[in-house]
Amino acid sequence: MRDRALIFAGLFLFVAIVTCPLWWGIAARTSTQGPELKLAEGKTCVAPADYMRASHMQFLIDWRDGKVRQHHSQYTAYNGAHYNVSLTNTCLGQCHGSKKQFCDQCHSYVAISTPSCWDCHQDVSGKTATMATAAVPGRMP
Amino acid sequence: MYMLDKALIGSRRYWGWIALLLILVGVGFVCYCWQLIVGLGITGMSRDISWGIYIGQFTFFVGIAASAVMVVLPYYFHNMKEFGKITILGEFLAIAAVIMCMLFIFVDMGQPARVLNVLFYPTLHSMMFWDMISLGGYLLLNAVISAVMLDCEYKHLHPPRWLRPVVLFSVPWAISIHTVTAFLYNGLPGRSLWLTAILAPRFLASAFASGPALLILLCLLLRRLTSFDAGNEAIRKLGIIVAYAMSLNVFFLLLELFTALYSHVPEHSAAFRYLFFGLEGKHPLVPVMWLSVIMAAAALVALLVPALRNDRRILVVASALVFGSLWLDKGMGLIVAGFVPSPLGHVTVYTPTAPEIAIVFGVWAIGALILTVFYKITTSIREAN
Amino acid sequence: MKITRMNFLRVLGGAVLAAGAGKFVKGIGDAAQTPSGVPGAKNFATAGGATGGDRAPKRWGMAIDFGKCGKGCNDCMRACRSAHNVPQIPDANHEIKWIWEEPYEKVFPYQRTDYERQDLVGRPLLVLCNHCADPPCTRVCPTQATWKRDDGIVMMDYHRCIGCRYCVAGCPYGSRSFNWVDPRPYIETMNPQFPTRTKGVVEKCNFCEERLADGLLPACVEACSQKALVFGDLNDENSAVRQALKSRYAMQRTPELGTGPSVFYLT
Repeated sequence: MRDRALIFAGLFLFVAIVTCPLWWGIAARTSTQGPELKLAEGKTCVAPADYMRASHMQFLIDWRDGKVRQHHSQYTAYNGAHYNVSLTNTCLGQCHGSKKQFCDQCHSYVAISTPSCWDCHQDVSGKTATMATAAVPGRMP
Repeated sequence: MYMLDKALIGSRRYWGWIALLLILVGVGFVCYCWQLIVGLGITGMSRDISWGIYIGQFTFFVGIAASAVMVVLPYYFHNMKEFGKITILGEFLAIAAVIMCMLFIFVDMGQPARVLNVLFYPTLHSMMFWDMISLGGYLLLNAVISAVMLDCEYKHLHPPRWLRPVVLFSVPWAISIHTVTAFLYNGLPGRSLWLTAILAPRFLASAFASGPALLILLCLLLRRLTSFDAGNEAIRKLGIIVAYAMSLNVFFLLLELFTALYSHVPEHSAAFRYLFFGLEGKHPLVPVMWLSVIMAAAALVALLVPALRNDRRILVVASALVFGSLWLDKGMGLIVAGFVPSPLGHVTVYTPTAPEIAIVFGVWAIGALILTVFYKITTSIREAN
Repeated sequence: MKITRMNFLRVLGGAVLAAGAGKFVKGIGDAAQTPSGVPGAKNFATAGGATGGDRAPKRWGMAIDFGKCGKGCNDCMRACRSAHNVPQIPDANHEIKWIWEEPYEKVFPYQRTDYERQDLVGRPLLVLCNHCADPPCTRVCPTQATWKRDDGIVMMDYHRCIGCRYCVAGCPYGSRSFNWVDPRPYIETMNPQFPTRTKGVVEKCNFCEERLADGLLPACVEACSQKALVFGDLNDENSAVRQALKSRYAMQRTPELGTGPSVFYLT
């Protein structure tokens, strides 16, 4: 076989590429430890938890289009609570606190990158959230 | 598809050409990745000149795409048998040109991942929406027509009867794609260079001059490189078409210049003065425009004198001059000059940067690659028959 | 047509394409609406409670007083910049400008005379988005990322903008800026109350619509130490801006284009 060297080189390359998820994972020292979510203490959710888990992206899109395109800046939740429509102020600032400790926990684990919201909207992680659930006149970050 | 294998058999020269094109595509692609990361700031465009060579090239190649009609119309409507061999070349040229247009638009976008928003949120009052529809439709039409025609040739069959109305339909559609492209520009109240009714006729005339000129060059190239011969009659008739279209194009330009320069209305003439003489000491496009004028004049002399036009070598030079002159005028001059002076009276100079030029070369190379593969398949099939 | 394998595959492919096309068309129709699938939730409410009713629609407008402005201060520009995280990019080609100054000759190039009033020669005037009554920019946008609201404000949806810059070409006033690079490194002080923008989208003055929603005046109007900016509802005869327009001669930029600017310059 004249092409022995070429064939074996090709085979080796193929095996390396096919198994790369394994050895890449080892090199990156990823763990199988699940996400540790720190939920907002003592606060009611804007929607039922299982709905948020399944469809929070749709919820955010509804908030976004309602606020930007329909000029709707207040939202009444299923339990009657009022919220100011704001990603930074309400979602992060008022409820979930930190993008790193909340959003990124699940998103990094399942390797689904968060959409490019944070290119524009500011990540106010670290700032204390207010407990107010009444409609807060505020701006829309 | 099932005929692509014909494009995989070729001489060393053929593969050398393919390799060169692939290198250009690769370099352009790397520069585009850089543009995606850093933003369109790596180009020479600015707050005042917000469209540059990408959109200029898009405008020029829509014209090339529309020009397929100049071989399809005489053959299908008026039975001009000489064009029978080259209609398919015109259609393949149209496909390559439309794909280049779409790529030029794509690389010009600030948020290309969102390009489908134009289809998700159709906006009937926006000419850009209609441009996407008309270009997409034209691509589909030409793809169907050329695939069926080539398939029939391969199998020594007559084309199916349903193809004729599709071909006839592609003729007004071809006119419409360049008219819609002109409508992109000539309905904008703030850009006086473009706000003129004659923009669409100018676009069509320059399309019908530059497209057939390119087709002449391609046919003669194919005659030299392969055994495919378009025929002297076809080349001669194409030359006549280029002569008429170029005369019309130059006439339209002179009409524009008269209105602008005789009326003395500053708004009308400012952009023309910038193009041909410079404004506020800035004259980057002046050599470009005068070169275009000189090339056009020389080409017209060669085209309008039958003794000169019928000489093959002079026709080659004249076609190259026509293509070059119109590429300079439409591809580089028109779009950038539309933004000068800016709405607040500023004169900003636009110079394309190296990565921008590399991306342009990359898109050209993709078009050339598509054209090469299609022409290789066509000539292989013709040679086999 | 003979039933060969190739023909069968062709018909199958065509059928799949047709079914897919149907789904695609339906998808476009669905995408055009915003479904609210949250169980049990009531819908949104506009800021300020009641929506419309018997009141005539607003038309927000501004009047800029030549005489009081142009004293060399830039309070309005700084207020706008800090309220909206407008970056200060040193390369003039990539500047982002919401409200800024231009000399009188550039703002009114075809409305001035050969022998101009002395104090107007070279005088800096404020320019900003005119929030036109008939804006060419919203006419040309292919995705409706910019549109004219009922209250007259020409809005931007940065989420939908594809960065084609057709609106920039369409604007006859040069009011729009495209983000050629990522603006964040060039923002002096970040206002956490307002988002930044990202590279690849177009932005412009928004008449402080977020402040108007809270019953506040735009940042520039509030910050002006000379009280040179008058803001209000052009449809309300008794508003401050209408009062100013009743008594003073005012100019608009290129009125002959039919855009109907909502920004007036009081001479």
